[in-house]
Amino acid sequence: MTFDLGWLRNIQVNRSAVERRTATLATRRSVKKRWQAGWLLRAITLIDLTTLAGDDTSGRVRRLCAKARRPVRPDLLEALGVAELGLTTAAVCVYHRFVRTAVEALDGTQIPVAAVSTGFPAGLSPFDLKLAEIERSVRDGASEIDVVVTRDLALTGDWQALFDEVKAYREACGEAHLKVILATGELQTLRNVYRASMVSMMAGADFVKTSTGKEPVNATLPVGLTMVRSIREYFEWTGFRVGFKPAGGISTAKDALTWLVLMREELGVEWCIPELFRFGASSLLADIERQLEHHITGRYSAYHRHALG
Amino acid sequence: MSVLEAYETMSYGPAPESAQDAIAWLDRRDRKFGLYVGGEWVKPHSKETFDSFDPSTTETLAAITQADQNDVDRAVKAARAALPTWRDLGGHGRARFLYAIARQVQKQSRRLAVLETMDNGKPIRETRDIDVPLVARHFYHHAGWAQLMERELPGYGPVGVCGQVIPWNFPLLMLAWKLSPALAMGNTVVLKPAEFTSITAMAMAEIFDQVGLPAGVVNIITGDGRTGEALVHHDDVDKVAFTGSTEVGKLIRSATAGSGKKLSLELGGKSPFLVFDDADLDSAVEGVVDAIWFNQGQVCCAGSRLLVHEGVHDTMVEKLSARMETLRVGPPRDKAVDLGAIVAPVQLERISELVEQGKAEGATCWQPSWAVPKEGWFYPPTLFTGVSSSSTVVREEIFGPVLVTMTFRTPKEAVQLANDTRYGLAASVWTENVNLALDIAPQLQSGVVWINCTNLLDAAAGFGGYRESGYGREGGREGLWEYVQPEDGPFGKKTAKTADQEAGAEIPSGFEPPKKPSAGSGPRAIDRTAKMYVGGKQARPDGGNSYPVVDPEGHLVGEAGLGNRKDIRNAVEAARKAGGWPRTTAHLRAQILYYIGENLEARSAEFATRIRSLTGTTKKLADAEVAKSVDRLFLWAAWADKHDGAVHGTPFRNVTLAMNEPWGILGIACPQAPALLPFVSLVAPAIALGNRVVAIPSTRSPLAATDLYQVFDTSDVPPGVVNLVTGHREALSEVLAGHDAVDAMWYFGTGAGSAMVEKESVGNLKATWVNYGRAVTDWSGDWAEGDELLRRATRVKNIWVPYGE
Repeated sequence: MTFDLGWLRNIQVNRSAVERRTATLATRRSVKKRWQAGWLLRAITLIDLTTLAGDDTSGRVRRLCAKARRPVRPDLLEALGVAELGLTTAAVCVYHRFVRTAVEALDGTQIPVAAVSTGFPAGLSPFDLKLAEIERSVRDGASEIDVVVTRDLALTGDWQALFDEVKAYREACGEAHLKVILATGELQTLRNVYRASMVSMMAGADFVKTSTGKEPVNATLPVGLTMVRSIREYFEWTGFRVGFKPAGGISTAKDALTWLVLMREELGVEWCIPELFRFGASSLLADIERQLEHHITGRYSAYHRHALG
Repeated sequence: MSVLEAYETMSYGPAPESAQDAIAWLDRRDRKFGLYVGGEWVKPHSKETFDSFDPSTTETLAAITQADQNDVDRAVKAARAALPTWRDLGGHGRARFLYAIARQVQKQSRRLAVLETMDNGKPIRETRDIDVPLVARHFYHHAGWAQLMERELPGYGPVGVCGQVIPWNFPLLMLAWKLSPALAMGNTVVLKPAEFTSITAMAMAEIFDQVGLPAGVVNIITGDGRTGEALVHHDDVDKVAFTGSTEVGKLIRSATAGSGKKLSLELGGKSPFLVFDDADLDSAVEGVVDAIWFNQGQVCCAGSRLLVHEGVHDTMVEKLSARMETLRVGPPRDKAVDLGAIVAPVQLERISELVEQGKAEGATCWQPSWAVPKEGWFYPPTLFTGVSSSSTVVREEIFGPVLVTMTFRTPKEAVQLANDTRYGLAASVWTENVNLALDIAPQLQSGVVWINCTNLLDAAAGFGGYRESGYGREGGREGLWEYVQPEDGPFGKKTAKTADQEAGAEIPSGFEPPKKPSAGSGPRAIDRTAKMYVGGKQARPDGGNSYPVVDPEGHLVGEAGLGNRKDIRNAVEAARKAGGWPRTTAHLRAQILYYIGENLEARSAEFATRIRSLTGTTKKLADAEVAKSVDRLFLWAAWADKHDGAVHGTPFRNVTLAMNEPWGILGIACPQAPALLPFVSLVAPAIALGNRVVAIPSTRSPLAATDLYQVFDTSDVPPGVVNLVTGHREALSEVLAGHDAVDAMWYFGTGAGSAMVEKESVGNLKATWVNYGRAVTDWSGDWAEGDELLRRATRVKNIWVPYGE
């Protein structure tokens, strides 16, 4: 796919209309009882279990990896009749420093390690260092790279430069999957979001991702709907399925269900798989576990009844 | 389905809202409802009942009373008895009750929503999130208007007893739309819900009881069309408000013609949904879902005609058919259902028949691959492509989930297609170009225009139609006028609803040679024959005849053209061609009116003499009439650029613009006397606000008006803006009132003539203003100088413009 500025210019996003759609997404659909449990289990398999804090340590990352391997108490899985599934989260997502730790901790599983990169979260490091950071993470064993775009380029409308940047990231990734973080809270307008998403896909992104989790506003449904529509349009034009990853602020089972409804309604069930959809989340899993226990026992559960992630 | 299967398929399981509470309520009422009259549940006189069904299961929910004439009489009597107390309670007193009703609606919201869904078949998502919250909103908003009435509508009082007949598509919401303004303004009401959906009105009656609403202020009687007929015909009903089909609306207009009852009609539609090539197409698709698949398409303002720019049509249809696949039709209490059941088998049959006809006429019909439930009355979302503007499915209101799509090439063609309908309720315009949106909105013949949105409703904004979609507004300040009347209007205080004070307009049949002109000195004056004035030119009468105009003593003053139906036709055609007039600036219209005033003043002596010769009045009075006419021209010149619209405070991030628009072509029939002032007082506001006029001057004394055309000629009045047809007022009014290209008609004549005008108006449902034979007490009075005329000369269009980048 080459860069197509004309296509980009034709993009129209009406914020009020997008907001009306997202305001009723969750009220038009309701997932209850066994169906809800099933959907929540699906959500677990879509989580990029994440720690991106300044005080991360190897010990913290190892604990997270253990949780990724065994995200739900075995007795609960037994009770739900899904013990045989061998559920894990989709991936573990860390800073470059802990890639090797995570890879080791996940040895023997299929769980990939994702590294945030390119001067995450602001993305303002020198360009060559950003490429070097990607290469180092890949070398350390990361099979997914979450890069940030230079917001400057999107905000000033230098789409060609943004395209070139992402394309360079793509090449630096080699075999690793490229997830492009648009930092939508800083792009502000939905038109910018749509365009940045489209440019990233043209440049070879495997996933487009909403946010770093470090912006004042993170994954919102209007932003999500806008990106999902861009993914659908890209698919209709090129036949390529690009994945979507909302990240930041998704912390409850109810949120997860709403996002899954969005995906199911707009892109279909076939898009609700780890290859094409991820939640970037750190505390979501804990709430899902509590809801699953509630489904089984009929009593509301407490956080401390489930292993810390 | 197991958890594992749900995990694997991500299917939606059933998610029904519980009906337990609603069923318990029905059981407590023994599933049988009487009538709510005079503040209590009364035993009906009628022994007849009928069943109300759940359309999604076809189960019987309850037995409903078929109220008869006796029951209607009793209810109207109760409303009449309650009127003085309710009116005199004052705004604040009434506000307290409306506020209490709103609170109760909120406190019982879930049960009301479930009952509504069970009785009507619409999804719980809609009743829970749209209908019931809007019901509360309407009562709150109008509690506010009750509170403000004395301050904001000084000089106005209630109309009296209102007969309100509402439809089955929004049973609760229409009840709230009808009751809340009526009660706020101090009226009392007899309300009849639709026979398919009476149950929630019964629940509301219980709420009125709970809040202690004074007995008789609201009376609810049930029944089919016969009950409605008895109600709207009732002699002691002062105001009829109806929402329903255009067909029944016309019957009501006919039936109430000449009765002096105030009437508002909110009728059918075939609303256009315009998508330009710079629209956000994905959002427009969701707009279509909200436009035509809201309430199964059983919505009077449903966007049922999708008009798409040719360049994006195929993309739009692809997106739309993909979206149709993900819609869910099913049991309406299920919280994950988009479309519920059709209200009744008769409606389902009508939809099916029209769709079959659409197919038979060669259109392509798209429906989703899945099937609708077999039990219950369901119909799938349906899209027709390959239709033409003459297709049945394009012209007829289907009132079901059926959309037709057509293409346009240019904005001009989009407007032409959009307006190519008898209806004019609503329109939706999708474009990201603000210039285009605000250019298109005023050109659309519809009472509501939604820019980049659709079916947004709120109590603070007026809702109502153009053309055969009816007249009158509901919501906002503009909606209040339907439920008030001036305490001191054109016909003085405390007048009867009808009278026969105005003289008829008989022209002597058979040409009796009039008495000779009064003997004077000098040579015979040059014969001066007044002509008609059509399209800016003097026109001889089509029939080639004139009639004598005589003074009160019977002396010949002159002759005037004897107009016939073809003269009216020509005049309307000339008015139609003057379509640029409403688009001229208000400033320019003011300038022209000032100019008319200036030129009239220059010839004031001549006009005074003319008035004296026609009417035999004194010089002083004749001078005063001319002076007042000049004053009126200045007055309406002054008003031309000051009848501002409003921005309503609707609870969305948008501006809701309430624009005052002229009717278009306005017919005006003048009273016999005075000779000049009524003509000027009626024509001046009409043209000041942008209407084109076809006027019938006084039959007896037309020459003062015909003298004016020379004044028009010298005052830069564009051709066709004012047209004069002289002759037999009643005969000409009948043609004018029956002309389907005339948008509104004012008639000041006899009682019989008023009834005739209202009856003839049904063809295109033109709005009428008639005097019911009552004589205007004072043509120079204040009533003719302000809001009454401003409102009569215009109608309100609400344009919703959401914003936000």
